[in-house]
Amino acid sequence: MDTNLLWIVLLPFLGFLINGLLGRKLGHKTVSVIACLLPVLSFVVSYAAWSRLVDGANALHWNGFPWIWLEGTLEVPFALHFDGLAAVMCLVITGVGSVIHLYSIGYMKGDPGYHRYFSYLNLFTAFMLLLVLADNLLLMFIGWEGVGLCSYLLIGFWYEDDANCAAGKKAFIVNRIGDLAFLIGMFVCLQHFGSLDISMLTSAEEITRVSAETLTFPWGAASVVTTIAVLLFIGATGKSAQIPLFVWLPDAMAGPTPVSALIHAATMVTSGVYLCCRLMPLFEASPAAMGLIAAVGACTALLAAFIAFTQNDIKKVLAYSTISQLGYMFFAVGMGAFSAALFHLVTHAFFKALLFLGSGSVIHAMHHEQDMRKMGGLRNRLPFTHITFLIGTLAIAGVPPLAGFFSKDEILFAGFQQGFLNAVGSAQLFWLISFLTAGMTAFYMIRCVAMTFWGESHVEESLERNVHEPGGWIGFALFVLAIASALGGFLNVPEFLGGHASLGHFTGLHHSTSDLSVDQLRSLHVSEWQSMLLSVLIAGSGLMLGIHCYGKGRDLRTSFNDSSAGKALGRLSASKFYVDEIYDRIFVRPFETLSHLLFILIDRIIIDGILVNGLALLTRSTGNVFRRIQTGYIPGYLLTFGCGVLVLIFILLNFLREGGAQ
Amino acid sequence: MIPEFDSFNLPILSLIVLTPALVALVLCLVDRNNRALIRQLALMGSFLTLLFSLLMVANFDSNLGTMQLEEQHSWIESLGISYHLGVDGISILLVLLTCFTMPFVFLSTWAAIGDRVKEFHIALLLLQTGMVGAFVSLDLILFYLYYEAMLIPMYLIIGIWGGKERIYAALKFFIFTMVGSLLMFLGILYLYNHAGTFDLPVLMERLRTTHPLGSDQQLWLFLAFTLSFAIKVPLFPLHTWLPDAHVQAPTAGSVVLAGVLLKMGTYGLLRFAIPLFPEAAFDLQSMMAWLAIIGIVFGACMALVQNDIKKLIAYSSVSHLGFVVLACFIPNLEALTGAILQMVNHGLSTGMLFLMIGIIYERRHTRELADYGGICKVVPIFTIFFLLAVLSSIGLPGLNGFVGEFLLLYGVFSSVPLWGCLATTGVLLGALYMLNMVKKFLFGPLVHEENHHIEDLNTRELIYLIPFVVMMVWLGLYPAPFIKMVQPTLTLYVEMLQN
Repeated sequence: MDTNLLWIVLLPFLGFLINGLLGRKLGHKTVSVIACLLPVLSFVVSYAAWSRLVDGANALHWNGFPWIWLEGTLEVPFALHFDGLAAVMCLVITGVGSVIHLYSIGYMKGDPGYHRYFSYLNLFTAFMLLLVLADNLLLMFIGWEGVGLCSYLLIGFWYEDDANCAAGKKAFIVNRIGDLAFLIGMFVCLQHFGSLDISMLTSAEEITRVSAETLTFPWGAASVVTTIAVLLFIGATGKSAQIPLFVWLPDAMAGPTPVSALIHAATMVTSGVYLCCRLMPLFEASPAAMGLIAAVGACTALLAAFIAFTQNDIKKVLAYSTISQLGYMFFAVGMGAFSAALFHLVTHAFFKALLFLGSGSVIHAMHHEQDMRKMGGLRNRLPFTHITFLIGTLAIAGVPPLAGFFSKDEILFAGFQQGFLNAVGSAQLFWLISFLTAGMTAFYMIRCVAMTFWGESHVEESLERNVHEPGGWIGFALFVLAIASALGGFLNVPEFLGGHASLGHFTGLHHSTSDLSVDQLRSLHVSEWQSMLLSVLIAGSGLMLGIHCYGKGRDLRTSFNDSSAGKALGRLSASKFYVDEIYDRIFVRPFETLSHLLFILIDRIIIDGILVNGLALLTRSTGNVFRRIQTGYIPGYLLTFGCGVLVLIFILLNFLREGGAQ
Repeated sequence: MIPEFDSFNLPILSLIVLTPALVALVLCLVDRNNRALIRQLALMGSFLTLLFSLLMVANFDSNLGTMQLEEQHSWIESLGISYHLGVDGISILLVLLTCFTMPFVFLSTWAAIGDRVKEFHIALLLLQTGMVGAFVSLDLILFYLYYEAMLIPMYLIIGIWGGKERIYAALKFFIFTMVGSLLMFLGILYLYNHAGTFDLPVLMERLRTTHPLGSDQQLWLFLAFTLSFAIKVPLFPLHTWLPDAHVQAPTAGSVVLAGVLLKMGTYGLLRFAIPLFPEAAFDLQSMMAWLAIIGIVFGACMALVQNDIKKLIAYSSVSHLGFVVLACFIPNLEALTGAILQMVNHGLSTGMLFLMIGIIYERRHTRELADYGGICKVVPIFTIFFLLAVLSSIGLPGLNGFVGEFLLLYGVFSSVPLWGCLATTGVLLGALYMLNMVKKFLFGPLVHEENHHIEDLNTRELIYLIPFVVMMVWLGLYPAPFIKMVQPTLTLYVEMLQN
């Protein structure tokens, strides 16, 4: 029983309440102090809890109170659980989160919705922490939908623009599609595990018991575990922007840039990966689901990287890059390398937050210009931003020894191991895809740097004079995250490089190699070296190619245009594979048309027109017919009256007799 | 601890039922021009009733699943009609919901109703007596009287204080409901004829033991009762009176209609139609379930294409109550608990939505979505409250809607997975039409000149909206005590149905 856990969630929530209720009356300064101090305090509490785990304490637990509680049938408590995995997530959320809160002080200065912004951001932090600390899936679902709500509110933060609101709505709805699968997944869990407690869903005996059971669908039978894993994974594709539900994330860039950094890069979008790691034993028990996850992850990584090639909006490049990197994480999950997935989640939080905040610094300096074609040469004006952005770029590209190098290498090796050492055919293909994507990542990121910071300036002259380094909290945040992106990889140095894979061991996701013999271990290490060499090579060539293409200010599309195939590919990339348009044609518009049709056809014409008002018409016209009976001829009335009385008396007598008999 | 008032032996249920009617009587004596006094008296009366209903909760034993606080006095002895009241887990939350809603409804009318204030308040008070009376009556004739008694004040509220098309809407409402209740009345007479009693507990006992009904009889009686309740709910395809009634009714009428009156239908199913004729209910289970599922999806589709905010929410009620009807026909604890919670939740969220639309209507005199847009800039506090009501309505976890929805859907899913999955899509569609509405209503550019100076919520409005929010959060985060009140009754209920 550890009530401190509650404070981790409660502190940012308090910030939300204070700023939400009183923010209008407090000055900007007070609002910022409250909004930033409370996540920092939450970080401190998380740190204290973490250090207790490091000292060897068991997982901490807060029993909470009964929530959805049908005694003896369905008992879901409001309880929190803090283990290694939750600890790492809490530290990332509150750590990176606090830095982004501080950055926002500079970025949002003077915005009329200042207090509203910070209260949403605090609320988001609280929900995100609830998501990772929840000890059962249903409680996690509060956080899961709660972060979605905050994302909705923050994407549409500048509500006066219709496009922003539409983007926010799209994010919520697309996420809800995934959430339906999540809900149904929970139903299946309840039915077969009889509980939603994570400890139950991950216990080996329970999983063995349940794996024996199968479900029959119209299209064939599937094991219960696979069904649950696939349903929960569909939920994850919504939140973590994977095929087929990734379409909301690029639009989500309509929100303020720090929001993109915190919610749409570092934390919220990784919750799908967190869910998989949280339920590792469950997912591992279903090879079919793992195969699906790997395939979706690898394909998403490739597709998004390919789209990122031709984007000209600096935030869109980063958005597709995020989708691509999330694909990497799922690929790792599918390969069974949960520890690598979590590791990449952490390093990605560092360097992608850094990249987004760097782009925010550029956008801020450029007075909300996001088109890279109107930038260029900014490194003279924004030297600090340039350096930090470059660090982020090299980190994501996988240049040693920056953070992304270690984590991406671990993922690629996991694919390599599955595909070639364990000789799984499909894994070879997925490995190849991810391997190529690594090169593509390096390429489009260096393109982004080149178009923004290098070469000739395309900035309008009137603007250019005012472009200057933002400094203050913005600079501070960039500095902190640049250091984290540079050194973050050392959290989990693999054993063959003399490290201890500390992160993997701490979170309990690492698969132990201690049962291998010395020879096996040596040959494993040899292939780890080979894989690493390959990934450095591909990252290097991606970078070189990028510098070659864009270093001299050339646009790739001009070189693509030389061949018709290249032209078609270029157009496909620039138009984002028409996914939005396809969804619009297949789902959105037919549904709206159908609703209109049904409204007119069923409600207006059939029910109201024919049945209701038709019946009224019928009554009126029969009335007209029977009106003729009312002749005014008294003996006729009397006769009818008499007959009626006789019938009534008969009925009444009958009624009373039967009633009396009982 | 709550003190035990039981020693006083107060007829608590009678007090809850009759206080509003008594206040209505007193109002008859008040000068019609003294509006302030009329309003205050009615408000005090409804608060007094709320107090009595809290007393009822204090005296209600959550561990028992039987009828409690029963009162029985013989009334028309020759026909065996008695004044028999009682409350159990099925009805207690609905009584509480009614008594909770009414004071705030009265508060909301202070600015909206300036015409024939006295008659309006009398009608509302009589309506309250009718509603609570129907929820606690255990005698079929008594129930029927209250059930019909609700109809008249509601008819007058729509017909007199309604909008332009009020006569059509009121008539449609009246005829639709009347047709159903007549059939039910015939059913009640038939039952009396068959088993010789109007008393519900006695009747249930006799039907089970000494006077079993044949399957044909069950079927027809079930249909007679169910038709009446299905119209009240309203179940697809009997729903078309609802959008018209809502659009034309004044705010207070809409709130009572959506908040409480519609639950009379689902309550009737749970209390009468299903337990009296369980075999017929079982035989027709899949038909009713499919109608409910069609209602869920169809109501949502209709809500999506409405341009009138009130109509949109009226259709959303069709969708939401589809969930409840579906669950009523699933005999397991989760589904039924979810159904009862969902009745309360729908009362809170939709009631609050209608109150808020009333507020904005008083200021702008239009309900067309196209006349709004971007007003969140002008009315930020209104926006927060409206968003909360919307989020509660679309079942955001952490607020009340989710708790009921989850239990309900899981209950349905565990019994018939296909129905559960289909119904779950309603959750997605709900978010779709609600957020569409929010976008057009509150967000976007502020284009209309008239909207630049809308007044934000005033203190009186805050006073009646905050209790709704408190209940939403309470039921969302700590619903355990409410579930506990319901559970023992439903456990017995499920056992009875399964035998």
